[in-house]
Amino acid sequence: MGMKNISSSGGRDIAKREASSDLFIRPSVDIFETDQGLTLMADLPGVAKEDLHVDIEHGLLTVQANAKSNLLGEPVQREFVHGKYFRQFQLPDEVDSERIAAEMKNGVLILQLPKAESAKPRRIEITSS
Amino acid sequence: MAMDILQEMEILRREIDGAFRGFGMGSFLEPSFLPGVSLQRFPQINLAQDQDKVYVEALVPGVNSKDLELTVMRGVLTLSGERKDEAVSERTWHRRERGHGKFMRTVDLPCEVDVDQVVAKFENGVLLVTLPIQEKAKPKKISVKAH
Repeated sequence: MGMKNISSSGGRDIAKREASSDLFIRPSVDIFETDQGLTLMADLPGVAKEDLHVDIEHGLLTVQANAKSNLLGEPVQREFVHGKYFRQFQLPDEVDSERIAAEMKNGVLILQLPKAESAKPRRIEITSS
Repeated sequence: MAMDILQEMEILRREIDGAFRGFGMGSFLEPSFLPGVSLQRFPQINLAQDQDKVYVEALVPGVNSKDLELTVMRGVLTLSGERKDEAVSERTWHRRERGHGKFMRTVDLPCEVDVDQVVAKFENGVLLVTLPIQEKAKPKKISVKAH
């Protein structure tokens, strides 16, 4: 059928985290599933490829990034700040960690998490005798 | 000194506008881009200026530059466009937090700018617009001759 639901730990401490005195922004994500696997898309505006870290350890996916501001001058109106992004996800067992692919496009992280071959739905031939 | 007071009032006016804009959604100053999802006006912008230029920074992640439209007229900057959803044949959604759809936002510029010299750079989903202030709108220093 489908994979187990992906749970996300926004506020709790799971695994390692950088200095907890920093304020972290939790990026918005879309997660959907196809026959091939899961796709995760996270909004990380202002983040360059070099400032992005994606780690997987024991099925725990961690996305960390630093966004930089290029704005000059004296602020007149401020609606958002650039900062550190952090979010973690528990991946279902069916994900093949070896073949995970990551791409940054227009400030959006696109992660392809393929299913291990053994977890893909297989059609079973029914023979009649 | 009078110029400082006017500028202070202008900043206050913008802050009061802003206080009602984001009411009830998300935490203060958290960056987000939710066209079609939230009632706030998107995209979020930061406005700054120095002596020669006005700067506008807009948060538009996941939007292609060809789906982004920027116009400047009579002291108002208009930013509009659409964040399209990539068509994927068959999929099951596990989590859907990002917004998709059309957006439009106008920004009142604090002074007259030279429209022909406006430069816009789009990098990593952030649009940075640099608008040089018109010469006649810049404060002029008047030298005082002593007798």
